[in-house]
Amino acid sequence: MPEAILLRGGRVVDPAAGRDEVADVGVAEGRIVPPDALPAGALELDCSGLVIAPGLVDPHTHLRQPGGEDAETVETGCRAAALGGYTAVAPMANTDPVADDAAVIREVIDLAAAAGLCDVYPVGAVTRGLAGEDLAELGEMVEAGVRVFSDDGRVVANPQLLRNALTYALAFGEVAIAEHCEDPALSEGGQMHEGQHSAVLGLQGKPRESEEIVVARDLALARLTGGRLHLLHLSSAGSVEMVRRAKAEGLRVTAEVTPHHLVFTDADLVTYDTNLKVNPPLRTAEDRAALRRGLADGTIDVIGTDHAPHPVERKEVEFDQAAPGTIGLETALAAVLTELVEPGELSLLRAIEAMSTAPARLLGAADHGGPIEPGRPAMLVAFDPAATWVVEPPFASRSRNSAFIGRTLRGRVVHTIYRGELVVADGKAER
Amino acid sequence: MNKHLLSINDLTAEDVLRILDTAESFREVGTRVIKKVPALRGRTVVNLFYENSTRTRISFELAAKRLSADVINFTTSGTSVAKGESLKDTALTLQAMGADAIVIRHASSGAPLTLTRWVRGSVLNAGDGTHEHPTQALLDLYTMRDRLGRLEGLRVAIVGDVLHSRVARSLSFGLVKMGAEVTLVGPPTLIPPEAPTWGVAVSYDLEAVLPKLDVCYLLRIQRERQRQRFFPSLREYSRLYGLTRERVGMLPEGCLIMHPGPMNRGVEIESDVADLPQAVMEEQVTNGIAIRMALLYLLLGGKAEGVGGDA
Repeated sequence: MPEAILLRGGRVVDPAAGRDEVADVGVAEGRIVPPDALPAGALELDCSGLVIAPGLVDPHTHLRQPGGEDAETVETGCRAAALGGYTAVAPMANTDPVADDAAVIREVIDLAAAAGLCDVYPVGAVTRGLAGEDLAELGEMVEAGVRVFSDDGRVVANPQLLRNALTYALAFGEVAIAEHCEDPALSEGGQMHEGQHSAVLGLQGKPRESEEIVVARDLALARLTGGRLHLLHLSSAGSVEMVRRAKAEGLRVTAEVTPHHLVFTDADLVTYDTNLKVNPPLRTAEDRAALRRGLADGTIDVIGTDHAPHPVERKEVEFDQAAPGTIGLETALAAVLTELVEPGELSLLRAIEAMSTAPARLLGAADHGGPIEPGRPAMLVAFDPAATWVVEPPFASRSRNSAFIGRTLRGRVVHTIYRGELVVADGKAER
Repeated sequence: MNKHLLSINDLTAEDVLRILDTAESFREVGTRVIKKVPALRGRTVVNLFYENSTRTRISFELAAKRLSADVINFTTSGTSVAKGESLKDTALTLQAMGADAIVIRHASSGAPLTLTRWVRGSVLNAGDGTHEHPTQALLDLYTMRDRLGRLEGLRVAIVGDVLHSRVARSLSFGLVKMGAEVTLVGPPTLIPPEAPTWGVAVSYDLEAVLPKLDVCYLLRIQRERQRQRFFPSLREYSRLYGLTRERVGMLPEGCLIMHPGPMNRGVEIESDVADLPQAVMEEQVTNGIAIRMALLYLLLGGKAEGVGGDA
């Protein structure tokens, strides 16, 4: 049932409107309304000291359903998202069955609608079964609402196939092909970044070049085709520089970085903590600095969590046997606030842009990302930038493989409003 | 000393000397008719071997038995592990049975460190993946000091597949810690590019290194590396990096030849070279028992003498 809510006295940070000021925000019947137009008896929330922003949008999530319900379901993942301040997430296609046709896409959308916690914008597979051999039926999935296609988890290894995907997608307008940039041969068997630390830890490394070779190839194919390319979870300084040059040249390319690549380095792996085993791997402090600069100057467009839940028994094992990935929906905002905004490396406006406005644009999620203006669907997050907390299980996610466990973070989501309804109130999920 | 021995880097130079000196006193036990002392009577030592190993497992078993500990050999074939039990559950089981020390050999780098999260006893790394093999390094340091009278300033070449060798890592770190001069020698594909940050030199030319050595330490080369295209053939490897009789002639008088075993005679070492008097592989094996006795004693029983540290 739609509520009427008055968010009083918060700092409204709204990149889509270029706005950062203290103001009241009204919500009624699922939409933003002028505060003085609210019906009597509206729920009044004191938001002094809080930041009010457009609901966050995660362009890169693994909800695991169908097929991986031991790790996550659409419902538990959406609850984790809402608690993290997200009103929309983009689940990746590597489910079982693979999201390579409209039926699986619609199933995920229906499951999310039933949960009623946030919107989902499923990413479709580029190739059938993620096998890298035949194009999936992109057109049918576009009709089902898909705007981004990716074989995430693996690269489209065959350059001719990627060329055709980029070209074929031109028919559908602003539809992007999103690449997981790791060369299969150079990264095979690799457990972490190849460098000083892998040499001492005796773990097989993946060189930066395993990513950079693919980034270079994909940018060349974007140039050849005029296609719309999106590069997932960049990890190396060289990749950032290539994207910077490609954008200057005018190629249709966007790029993503994850909170964990912005926070951790390969030096953190000395404990063999399997929660820090991720693909692509955490690299050096120089790479991390380049990623942060690239995010600040707009070379990197979006922050994606790559929320990758795994059951405990896939992580409480020997390092080389552990599944790669960390969960991230419940910690992403606080990690970015603590590590980048607080030290002054990233403005709050740019952080919200990269976590809401820009990913909404990428996904064609017109209801999301702001502006926070009367008539717009009410998708909002209110967070306390000063609240500190220690990351500990349990999580709302069905999994607990968080790289951030034990870390003290600053910034806590207080309220999340999804289509005008308070799905998270005072830091607790309402459904 | 720490409670566990996971890496040579867990030890200070003083720790290393204490271990070598303690081993010195235990070596004498092995020469007696009754090769046994009661130091660890009533303590339980578990040998948890996830990889096949004859010499290291037997060496640890003998060491524990000569200290009068109860020894359990837990190998992975025909056990709960073969039925799919995880390292965690095996660890919890051994913990519940009251293991005072767990000696672990595992194909995964870092497995001994991971094991420490689940058990209360001491964990001794008997070789983990391509990470470290600290007890091998200690017995090698012991053998070098025993034969040459010192470690500081010794010129040691470690020859072969350094990239995949846990022995090479532990031994390099240990030798550098004790003031020796280490040169890693092998095909460039098998030397980590970051190795100079360990404080060692690197050479791709064995014959240029040989005349300036006190110890020539050869690593076992695995056939699998040829399949992985790190070098073209064992024949070519042997031609460039094998220790032949001719190359032994380039070594200075008194230079030791060492190998952690098992040897590939005719590949990294010519068969006749392995049988020369300056080739001390059998002494390495004998000294290994004394080193492992010293480690078990210091980690489990040595506290009464003020040896133990921050347990």
